[in-house]
Amino acid sequence: MMIGLAHYLVVSGALLALGLYTVASRRNAVAILMGVELILNAGILNLVAFSRFVTGSLDGQVFALFGIVLAAAEAVVALAIVLQLYRAWRSVDAAETREMKE
Amino acid sequence: MYPTYPTTSSLLTWMIFLPAVGIGLILLLLALRPALRLSQKLLDDLSRAIGLASTATVAALGVHLWRGFDGREADLQYVHHAVWMEPFNIEYFVGADGLSISMILLTAFVFLAAMIASVPWWGRLDDEHHPHFSKRRVPAYVVLFLLLETGVMGTFCAQDFFLFYVFWEVMLLPMYFLIGIWGAPPRVEPDGRVRGGPYAAIKFFLYTLAGSVLMLLALIALYYASGPAVLVNGKETAHTFNLVYLTQQARDGLFQGAAPILGVAFPKMIFLGLFLGFSIKVPMFPFHTWLPDAHVDAPTPISVILAGILLKTGVYGILRFNLQMLPDVFWWAAPAIAVFGVINIVYGAFVCLAQKDLKKLIAYSSVSHMGFCLLGAAALTHQGISGAVFQMVSHGIISPMLFLIAGVIYDRAHTREIEGFGGLATRLPEYAGITGLAFMASLGLPGLAGFVGEVLVFLGGFGAADHAFRWFVAASVPAVVITAGYYLWTMQRMFLGNFNEKWSHLWDIHWRERLTLYPLAAITVVLGFWPHPVFRLVNRSIHLLVDVALGKGI
Amino acid sequence: MKLVHLPTLFLIPLLPLLGAAWCGLVGARAQRRFGERAVHRPAVLLPWISFAFAAHAVAVLAVSGPDAVLAQRLWAWLPVGDLDADLAFQLDRLSAVMCLVVTFVGSLIHVYSIGYMHGDPGYWRFFCYLNLFLFAMLVLVLADNLLLMFVGWEGVGLCSYLLIGFWYRDREKAIAGIKAFVVNRVGDAGFALGLFLLFWGLAGTGRPVGGPPDVLESPLAGRSTAVETEEPRREAGRAASPIARPGGTAEEPHRSAEATDASPLPRTSIRFREVERILRDPARRHAFASQRWLGLSVLTLSCLLLFFGATGKSAQIPLYTWLPDAMAGPTPVSALIHAATMVTAGVYLVARLHFLFALSPTAMTVVATVGTATALFAATIGLFQYDIKKVLAYSTVSQLGFMFVAVGVGAWWVGIFHLVTHAFFKACLFLGSGSVILGCHHEQDMRRMGGLRRWMPVTAITYFLSCCAIAGFPFFSGFFSKDEILWNVFATANLRYASGGVVLWAVAAGAALCTSFYMFRSYYMTFTGDYRGATGGEVHGPEHGHGALPKESPPSITGVLVVLAALAVVGGVVGLPHLWHLPNALESWLEPVFAGSEHLVRRRDFGPAVEWGLMGLSVAIALGGFALARWLYLAARNPIPARLLESPNPVVRFVHRLIYRKYYVDEVYGRVFVDGALGASRSLASFDARVIDGLVNLCGRAGRICGDLQGWIDRRFVDGLVNRVGDAIVAGGRNLRLVQSGRIQSYVAGLVAGAIALVAITYVVPW
Repeated sequence: MMIGLAHYLVVSGALLALGLYTVASRRNAVAILMGVELILNAGILNLVAFSRFVTGSLDGQVFALFGIVLAAAEAVVALAIVLQLYRAWRSVDAAETREMKE
Repeated sequence: MYPTYPTTSSLLTWMIFLPAVGIGLILLLLALRPALRLSQKLLDDLSRAIGLASTATVAALGVHLWRGFDGREADLQYVHHAVWMEPFNIEYFVGADGLSISMILLTAFVFLAAMIASVPWWGRLDDEHHPHFSKRRVPAYVVLFLLLETGVMGTFCAQDFFLFYVFWEVMLLPMYFLIGIWGAPPRVEPDGRVRGGPYAAIKFFLYTLAGSVLMLLALIALYYASGPAVLVNGKETAHTFNLVYLTQQARDGLFQGAAPILGVAFPKMIFLGLFLGFSIKVPMFPFHTWLPDAHVDAPTPISVILAGILLKTGVYGILRFNLQMLPDVFWWAAPAIAVFGVINIVYGAFVCLAQKDLKKLIAYSSVSHMGFCLLGAAALTHQGISGAVFQMVSHGIISPMLFLIAGVIYDRAHTREIEGFGGLATRLPEYAGITGLAFMASLGLPGLAGFVGEVLVFLGGFGAADHAFRWFVAASVPAVVITAGYYLWTMQRMFLGNFNEKWSHLWDIHWRERLTLYPLAAITVVLGFWPHPVFRLVNRSIHLLVDVALGKGI
Repeated sequence: MKLVHLPTLFLIPLLPLLGAAWCGLVGARAQRRFGERAVHRPAVLLPWISFAFAAHAVAVLAVSGPDAVLAQRLWAWLPVGDLDADLAFQLDRLSAVMCLVVTFVGSLIHVYSIGYMHGDPGYWRFFCYLNLFLFAMLVLVLADNLLLMFVGWEGVGLCSYLLIGFWYRDREKAIAGIKAFVVNRVGDAGFALGLFLLFWGLAGTGRPVGGPPDVLESPLAGRSTAVETEEPRREAGRAASPIARPGGTAEEPHRSAEATDASPLPRTSIRFREVERILRDPARRHAFASQRWLGLSVLTLSCLLLFFGATGKSAQIPLYTWLPDAMAGPTPVSALIHAATMVTAGVYLVARLHFLFALSPTAMTVVATVGTATALFAATIGLFQYDIKKVLAYSTVSQLGFMFVAVGVGAWWVGIFHLVTHAFFKACLFLGSGSVILGCHHEQDMRRMGGLRRWMPVTAITYFLSCCAIAGFPFFSGFFSKDEILWNVFATANLRYASGGVVLWAVAAGAALCTSFYMFRSYYMTFTGDYRGATGGEVHGPEHGHGALPKESPPSITGVLVVLAALAVVGGVVGLPHLWHLPNALESWLEPVFAGSEHLVRRRDFGPAVEWGLMGLSVAIALGGFALARWLYLAARNPIPARLLESPNPVVRFVHRLIYRKYYVDEVYGRVFVDGALGASRSLASFDARVIDGLVNLCGRAGRICGDLQGWIDRRFVDGLVNRVGDAIVAGGRNLRLVQSGRIQSYVAGLVAGAIALVAITYVVPW
């Protein structure tokens, strides 16, 4: 069987859903970040797939490279914040860190 | 083309607003009191002096007006006419004709008498246990008194409907305060009801105001239904408040064609609104119940003014507006007015017979006597209307006398209960004499002023075109028997019989009281046989009113 | 009619008025400083001067010819419309007689009062009121129009009230005065209605009853171009002074005091001579007589109403009840007012209006019948009274009835004749009783008198002579007048019922019999026999100044008695009967006055034989009554009267009680009218206070309730709505705040949900 665009979209959709579910349901801040990474990767995969099967140019793949870099940078920043959060609260549980709102 | 009048003069304006000048002076004194370091007593005396000076000056101006008034003219005289609120076509228009001149003069003199009765100079006042009203808050009293005079004088002089209404309302408010503050204190009656000065004042005020509201409605409706006119500065207007124009337009039938209100013809509705408003003041049965309360609880000079003048504003309004402006509707309503007049006469007389309080008795006798005015006016004959207007004048002289007499005994004994006295004639012969004269005048003894009005009303009523009026007169004549009965019985209970030792400390009338009572008594006696001064002034105008109502004359 | 202007006419009433003013204003002080003479000297002098002027005026009248009338117009009193009531006096022959009687007898009684009222602290008040009374009575007599007469009419009523209640500390006396005034006023109400009916009846039916006036075309009234509605009807109530110059004012042709027969008839008038002129015109008379109201002719109705007024003043049925009570006043008052002058005003009225009454046989019948009935009724009451003044009071009522009988059958001059003679003998009787009362130390009950002729001879003789006069003994004055009355009644054919003359004659004769009887009864009880009264020492004590036994009164009293008794004896000479072929001065004197009405009165011609017979019967009646009284009461020797009083027979006792209690008329009137009026007044007063005022207060309370209701609605609903909106916003805000939970998961969930929603909205929904 030939692997077409649909297969890639299904995989990226599944990744998106898994990432959303992770973000929505996990309490651990690091796990939430992992979910965000999944979402990002789903988006990158989408880009590559459309670039290969729809347009034929390499714009999408270049974009994907940018995306990977951004994902990494963002992961660094977010983890830095989580680290700071851990230092203040001695916990990385999202449900307990609500003080700023109060 | 603007009409010209026989005399134009600012005399009436002076007469109306001179008391306001007095008010200004008193307010000035009050404002400068700390600066001039005036003691309360000095302030009181100065206020009284200003009050006396104002009323005396108005009375003097009244004499001048009397000398100059030409009774042969049917038009307005001493007219003062200026534009007041031009956007609304309201003018300052005052004038005197035969109908109002008698009332203007009466106002001037009765207010002077009442002012003299308000000052406690010359004589004893027993106020150890009961502070006399004339010593409380004197500047306020004089201010309100003078304001009242302005209002009343303006009411009689006004020839612009709106101006009339303004002065009519100005009359009301000072009365409320005068009765409420200087009248009797609140008391609880045996059956639990609360009565007294404030109750009477508010009853009077609201009752009369309810009537004025109707008058206001009629006024506005009339304004918008009126035709074009000219202001005194030449401006042409679409509607008018000017009574002269309104009268002419009404007689020309302008209001017959106006849209009916609530299904009733426009002129009749206007008539009804105005009549209800005025009949409360007359006071006509069944709107009379404010009068006994107001009279009993008001201080003596205020009762004098209330009975002597304020009641006449009601009849004056009926004659000036209902008869002068809407003569054909008046002709249609005359039998009903006469019936109410008869009820006033007879019912008032009977209720008098049962009274135990002297002032209430005199109040109900006022109700009875004003019924004569209604009957005489409704008869629409020359004698009837002359009788009605003369009755206004004579009652305006006699009832002040009666109330002053009631005041004499109240000032001394602090009670007005008739049964509680007895045999006073032995200690107070002069007082008994003057009371006898006043009672005789009030019951219409021929030879005194009361008779002239009554006999002319009866005679005029009998000669009305509608023979039903003969029955009205026949029904009213027996009331004179009842009147004689209650006055003589009161005389008997209070003055004759054995002397009641409880009153051995009372003293006879003194100079201040003489000063008010004797001139009134003299006028009563003179007018009985010499009514010419009144007829000379009024007959021309009022006969013309009747002629127009009957379809004759211009 | 010839009018003669007499400028002094107004002095006749004015002088007593000045006397009253003097006594009223300065009398009290003058009495304190100068004694009683400062009061009575002017007060008694002025009436005498008035009498002099009256005599002079009568003399002028006498020489002016038979149809002359003296007139004087002071000023226009009520000149309104057709009404021409002026303050004007006239003296014609009829009022001349009245005027002389009033001034003469009045002045005499003033002299009498000097002695009678001596020592009373109210001396000055008494003379003030007495002079005021003379003033009012003279205005009544001299008035030239009905309205001015009414002024005098009520004025004498006022003076009657003042004088009856003179001793006002006594409650009974004061109440008697009120009763007199009120009963008189009832009559006056009828008088007034009759006056109005007459005035307007003469004017025709008044203005036609039509619809409202047409629309009037006229310029705006800015100039005095008003046109008079009727040219000749200008009122004098204008700048022109109403004081008349002797020639009359040119502007007022109808008001001129010198209207002659040639001037045109006015539309209506209130003046006697004008009304007479109108009624003499056949066309006007017919028009007036054919008007009807209430089923009766206006003519008859006005006569009846005026007569009703006369019954009030002259104490006839049904308004006589005040007169016996009026005896509470001092005796000179009873003599002057309630015998000689005031009560005769009713007779004078009917005589004055003879031209009116003569046109209505119905009214005349009523007058005559009421007069006769009253005469007998009052006479029967007088039979059993013990108070000497009450006897005389009922006698007065009875004699007045006789006078009305006379004028009721058209014998006008006879009524006046009896008025004059009655004035003399009744005044003498009353003054004599006053003398007796004074002498017996204010005792009035005849049972406690007796044998007084021993101590009071002058009083006794004058009293006896007057009794003879009133009874009708031959050649006394009363005989001539009463006999004329009886003859005229018998011979009348003017009554509405057949053979009425005989019936009335019989009743009148019965009354005459009773008169004679009770008058002599009073004489014998008072003056003969033993003295039954308390002696002075027991009643008053020595310091009172009276002697123990009765004594004669001072000369000021007895002198007057003598004069009056003399007149009572010889007074009949002015009215000698034609039957004796002697000249009748009074009849010929009064003939020009009544000439116009004589032919309207019908009488039968019986011839001299019948007249002699009747005269004889009259004498028999008089002597019979005298004899009976003498037999029963002389010196109280006869036991029959006492036995009758204690009779066991129930019929006798019932009759006696009924008559002694005056037929209970006073009680009936009191119950029906007085209690009725008081009851009505009380119920109306409570109706006023409870129902009408209750309605007003209910309005007030309803207003307050409305206000409370509005307030409640305002608080709960209107304001509540505003509050609830506020609350809703706050609640909404509170709920919305929960969105900001601070939980990241919530935010993410929100994001996701929003994204899905957006996608759905954009792509799915438009499908």
